[in-house]
Order: sequence, then structure tokens, then C-alpha cells
Amino acid sequence: MSASAKEIEQLIGKEYKQGFVTELETDTFPPGLNEEVIHKLWKIKNEPEFMLEYRLKAFRHWQTMKSPEWAFVKFDPIDYQAVSYYSAPKRKEDGPKSLDEVDPQILEAYKKLGIPLDEQERLAGVAVDAVFDSVSVATTFKSKLKEAGVIFCPISEALREYPDLVQQYLGSVVPTGDNFFAALNSAVFTDGSFVYIPKGVRCPMELSTYFRINAANTGQFERTLIIADEGSYVSYLEGCTAPMRDENQLHAAVVELIALDNAEIKYSTVQNWYPGDKEGKGGIYNFVTKRADCRGENSKVSWTQVETGSAITWKYPSCVLTGNNSIGEFYSVALTNNYQQADTGTKMIHIGKNTRSTIISKGISAGRAQNTYRGLIKVLKGAENARNYTQCDSLLVGDKCGAHTFPYVEVKQPSAQVEHEATTSKISEDQLFFCQQRGLSAEDAVSMIVNGFCKEVFKELPMEFAVEAQALLGLSLEGSVG
Amino acid sequence: MLNIENLHVSVGDKPILKGINLQVKPGEIHAIMGPNGSGKSTLSHVLSGKSGYTVTQGQVTYEGKDLTEMAPEIRAREGVFLAFQYPVEIPGVSNIYLLKAALNSIRKHQGLPEVDAMDFLTLIKEKVRLLEMDERFLYRAVNEGFSGGEKKRNEILQMAVLEPKLCILDETDSGLDIDALKVVAEGVNSIRLPERSFVMITHYQRLLDYIKPDFVHVLAHGQIVKSGGPELALELEEKGYSWVENKQAA
Ligand SMILES: Nc1ncnc2c1ncn2[C@@H]1O[C@H](COP(=O)(O)OP(=O)(O)OP(=O)(O)O)[C@@H](O)[C@H]1O
Ligand SMILES: [Mg+2]
Repeated sequence: MSASAKEIEQLIGKEYKQGFVTELETDTFPPGLNEEVIHKLWKIKNEPEFMLEYRLKAFRHWQTMKSPEWAFVKFDPIDYQAVSYYSAPKRKEDGPKSLDEVDPQILEAYKKLGIPLDEQERLAGVAVDAVFDSVSVATTFKSKLKEAGVIFCPISEALREYPDLVQQYLGSVVPTGDNFFAALNSAVFTDGSFVYIPKGVRCPMELSTYFRINAANTGQFERTLIIADEGSYVSYLEGCTAPMRDENQLHAAVVELIALDNAEIKYSTVQNWYPGDKEGKGGIYNFVTKRADCRGENSKVSWTQVETGSAITWKYPSCVLTGNNSIGEFYSVALTNNYQQADTGTKMIHIGKNTRSTIISKGISAGRAQNTYRGLIKVLKGAENARNYTQCDSLLVGDKCGAHTFPYVEVKQPSAQVEHEATTSKISEDQLFFCQQRGLSAEDAVSMIVNGFCKEVFKELPMEFAVEAQALLGLSLEGSVG
Repeated sequence: MLNIENLHVSVGDKPILKGINLQVKPGEIHAIMGPNGSGKSTLSHVLSGKSGYTVTQGQVTYEGKDLTEMAPEIRAREGVFLAFQYPVEIPGVSNIYLLKAALNSIRKHQGLPEVDAMDFLTLIKEKVRLLEMDERFLYRAVNEGFSGGEKKRNEILQMAVLEPKLCILDETDSGLDIDALKVVAEGVNSIRLPERSFVMITHYQRLLDYIKPDFVHVLAHGQIVKSGGPELALELEEKGYSWVENKQAA
């Protein structure tokens, strides 16, 4: 017989394919967080003087703050003293100079994840920065990029090589005390990517960072800073995975984007952190602050995210539309299954004149998962003729999951136009039966319907990654029909 | 091909089909008529494997195999096709995508390679022409925003592409205008084959003017109360169902 409600539930049993652990010798700090740990961190990373101040300031601020409670997610309080704030594969003083010096075990791990770091094997036209636990282990195509004047390197390296550039922009979009997790990140961030595209340069290849959490009981505090100087363009992608572990692990990232006059940044995320098992045990807590400042006139930033992993996702990639005529876009697919919880959305802050923003959000809930869209459209007084269009669709698979939508709108400029459309639909038994009657398995039918539902967002992803994202969604919905 | 013996079916505790007997041989066309609520769609759903129905007695064999034991998609791949009375909409999934996925899953089951994109396009365009449809329908989401008649025509398009052996048409004629009825009927006639059988559920004699059935059955209160040749449909048109229903009661 065809898929009944109960069988639909079984359909979405998912198998996590990146859950392996790599056995490595590591330098790992003992758990705990205090000023001394921050000192040690600063020292081991060999950072410029100003960073110690920066980190301590953030840490002191963080100590006065409370973990936010407004999001539609539930979890036990995190013991921040039980987390280790640094873990890195053991290596020589300055880190590997070339791939030959990278631990073959790490190369193997990335290969297994489908991210060969060997430049020959790598997708032509995509440069990768590979971040393993707390450190960047390899960055490909660095020299080729350098020819174009593009800087693409681990942020720890940027702090040593281009301290002035980093100091000028770091924290200028997300200040140290912005929110609880951002403050924590500012205090203890270990690595991430740094990108600088000089004036008038169209970055000759896609840039991507692949984040991998491997060690147990460590947090990953990634920091990414992308600066697109006047008239430049860059497309950047991040991917994330982690081993399957019974304990929850913390990932608290901060990403800052700055687009100057006529610059454009396209930032895409395929997030597939370990979501926990079917009973909701384990999984990554993904608490991320991502914000772009469209600082220049006619600048543009688009965020595209496909979020399928993590036990909890708390993430609102935002655009501050400072420059006149600047454009912010947010395209999101968030899929939650089993006991996953996602509270995600965006903020569009219209400051400049004629600023425009577009939001397309697709939430899919299955199993017992909760999926929340939370969005803020804020139009300040000076933002004449600001326009926003928001479309927010939810798809329910089965009847034990939930979808919630919280759109907040604050408009202080009467000429602004803000439009919001929302729909909630359910994959019905009749739809599944119809597909089965045409010869498709219920699994293929669900995956086809879900992919159809997400089409508008997938078309925003760079080609190679659209295929990857589609496959990932299919995988996430893999299971057995009873 | 299809052999239904003393089939009893309930939904929950409610008996709906109460002892259906029907034999369909290869190449035959059977028309099933009967008042609203008599169990015609229920029969079509049970044959195609929709959940929620319990077979309490009797059996159904298809090509010698127990049909009720097969998953719905297996029945489909083995050649059972149902043109739905109420086709569902699937937003976001284009008609052409669904058709290609469906055709390939059937071909895979038959041990055939997937159709390549060019061949598929040629095939489907031919069928679209046959049913006098606008090619643009192929790229629209399945049935989304289709008119009632367009949905029905779309069902027949799917049938023409998937080339089933046993075609069950549940009131495909309802909702079609006179011209559309003719086109759809011609479409059905054009895919007739000596080994392909049809079970057509209908309320109207009109369809049977175009597609001549070998047998006409009247289903009432969950049973086939009368069977005959094409002339039975004409008689029903004239006298209504009470004539056969009463006869049964008498
Ligand atoms: N899921 C269900 N729950 C309760 N009753 C049902 C269910 N499905 C069908 N029935 C009942 O079974 C009977 C037969 O329904 P069915 O849809 O098969 O009729 P039909 O002959 O196709 O009618 P029509 O000519 O109006 O299409 C009806 O009385 C209907 O209400
Ligand atoms: Mg009916």
C-alpha cells in the first residue's frame, strides 16, 4: 500500500555520510575559558599586539552577557568551561608551506569528504581554504589568485601578513559586543578565511572554505572577513561537516562582509554539520552571526544558504544597506528532520536611499523538527524609496513537525514599500500516491517535491554547488518505506 | 490480464465494495457506470494500491500475480495506470520532469536503459501533438493552475507516454468540453493495442460513442448489478440507474 502518514515519517530517516573521525595527534588546550586561555591563544597564533586587546575586550564584554533566549529553540545550558578552545593537528612551527607538508591523514579526510585539496584534482576554477578544527590546513590556488591581486588566506595568516587591512575592517560590521555568541567568537576565534578583492577586480575563480570539526569536546570558532573593494566581484562558498558524536558540539562563527562602491559579493553556504541521531542525541550547535555591510553606493550582497545539518541552527545572515542604491538578497533553504531545530532568517536594514532587498526563504520540516523563519525589515528615516520583497514558504513532511514564521517590520520612511508573502504547505498523501502511481518510489517522490519546492533558491547557487545541494537534500530525505 | 473475484473492501469498518467479480482480457475495453457513491473510484484506488482500504474478502490477480500484494509503484511499473478522477497538483515539479522520472523508473524496472534527453523530447512532443496540447504545459508545474479539463487531458498525456498495459480511466470525460472529449477519445483510440486493456469509469454514454466498449457494467451499492454490451449504456441513458438498482432489489 502507498505511504501513509506513518510511512512518510520513516521516509525521512536520514543517514549522515560525513560522520567519520580522523585519528590525529593534536595540540589541544584543556577545557576552560579565562583571560589566561585567551593570552595563550593569542600567543600560539602569533598575532599582532592589537588582537590581544581586541580579544580581551570581547571576553570581558561576553562575561556580562547572557545567552539569548528569544529564539524558538530548546537546549540545555552550555557549560562554556567544559569546552576546549583550541585544537589543531600537530605540525611544524609555521604551518605547512605546501600540500606536501600537510598530514596525509588530513588530506585523506578531505578527499573522503569529496574535497580533494590537490590542485590538479580539484574542480577547476574553485580555490579552497580547508579549516580543520581550529586551524586552516591548506589553501589552494593561492599563487594564481595573487597574480590577480586577490588575497585569499587563513585569517590567522592575514593577521600576520596584512595586519593593517585586517585591523581596519575586523569588527566593523559585527562589533565585539554585538551579541552573546559574536562576543564569544571575537574573544576566542581561531581561524577562518580572509578575502580581499582589490579595486575593479573580478575574482578569477570561485573561493570556498571547507570547515571540518574533527576533535571531540572542542568548539569551532571561525571568523571570516571578506572585503570587496570598489567595483570588484567575488563569489564565495562555504561547506561544513563534522563527525557523529553523542555530545553536542559548539560552532559559533562570525562572518563579516564589506562591499564598497559598485562591488558585489555572492556568499553561498552549504551547511551539513552533524545533525544528531534519530533520537536527537548529539549534533552541532550552530550559532552564527553573519552580516554584510553594503557600505558603498550601488553595492550588492547576496546570501544563499542551504542548511540541512546541525542539531540547532541559529543564524540570520543580514545586510546593512548603507550605500545609496545598494542591494541585499537572502535566499535560503533550511531543512530540519528528526529532532533538529532551526531558527533562521535574515535582517535587512535599509539606511541608504533607493536600497532594495529580496528575501526568499524555504523551510522544510520533517520528523519532529521545528523550523522557524525570523526576519526583520528595518527601514530608517533616510532610506527614501526603499523596497523589500519577502517570500517565505514552509513545507511540512509528516504531521509531527512544525513551521513558524516571525516577520518583523519597522518602517520609519513613508515612501518605503515592504511586501511579504507567506505560504505553508504539506506533502499530502495524495501527492505521494499520485507519484507512486506513476512509478516513482515514495522516497523519490518526496525528494522530487522537496527539490521542486527549493528550485528558486537552488538556481542562485553556483552550478557545481547546486548539484551538490540537490544531492544533499536527496540524501537527507533518504530512508526506507515501511 | 485482470481477474477480480468476490472482492470485498472496507474503509475503516465501513464496507464499500461488496463482492465484485470482473474479468478483463488483453485488448478489451470495459466501461463501468453507476450512481454517485457506488464505489467506482474505490475500485480504481484498490486496483492501483492507494492506502486506507482493507480487502476483507476475495482476490485480485494481474497477469497471474496477486495484485494486492504489490506496492503501488510496482503495480505502476508492471503496467497498471490510473487516470485520476481528481488529479493532484504538485507545485514546483514540472510536468516534463515528472514524466521523465516516471518513464525512467518504469524502464529501469523493465531492465531498459534510461531514455536520453533528446529521444525523450521527441517522444513527448509527439504525444503532446496527439492530444492537441500546448507544449508550454510541459514546463508548467504538474497540474498547478490547470483547468479541470486540462488536468484530465494531462492524465491522458501521462498515459500515452508511460504506455501501460492496463489503463483505468476514472471519469476522464467529466469536465471535458465537447471538442476536448473528442480529442481525448481519439488519443485513447490511437494508443489502443491488441494487448492493451481499458477500464473506463464514466457517467456518460457520450464517451462510449467515441470509444466503443466491449462490455458495460453497472456498479451499485458496491456490487456489479448488471453487465452487458454497449447497448446497455444506451438503455441506462434512457431509463436511469433506478431501473437496474430496482431490478437487483426485486
Ligand atoms: N476514506 C473514506 N472514508 C469514508 N467513506 C469513504 C471513503 N472513501 C470512500 N468512501 C465512501 O465510499 C463510497 C464510494 O465512494 P467512491 O468514491 O468509490 O464512489 P464513486 O462511485 O466513485 O462515486 P462518484 O460517481 O461520485 O465518483 C461513498 O459512499 C464514499 O463516501
Ligand atoms: Mg468516483
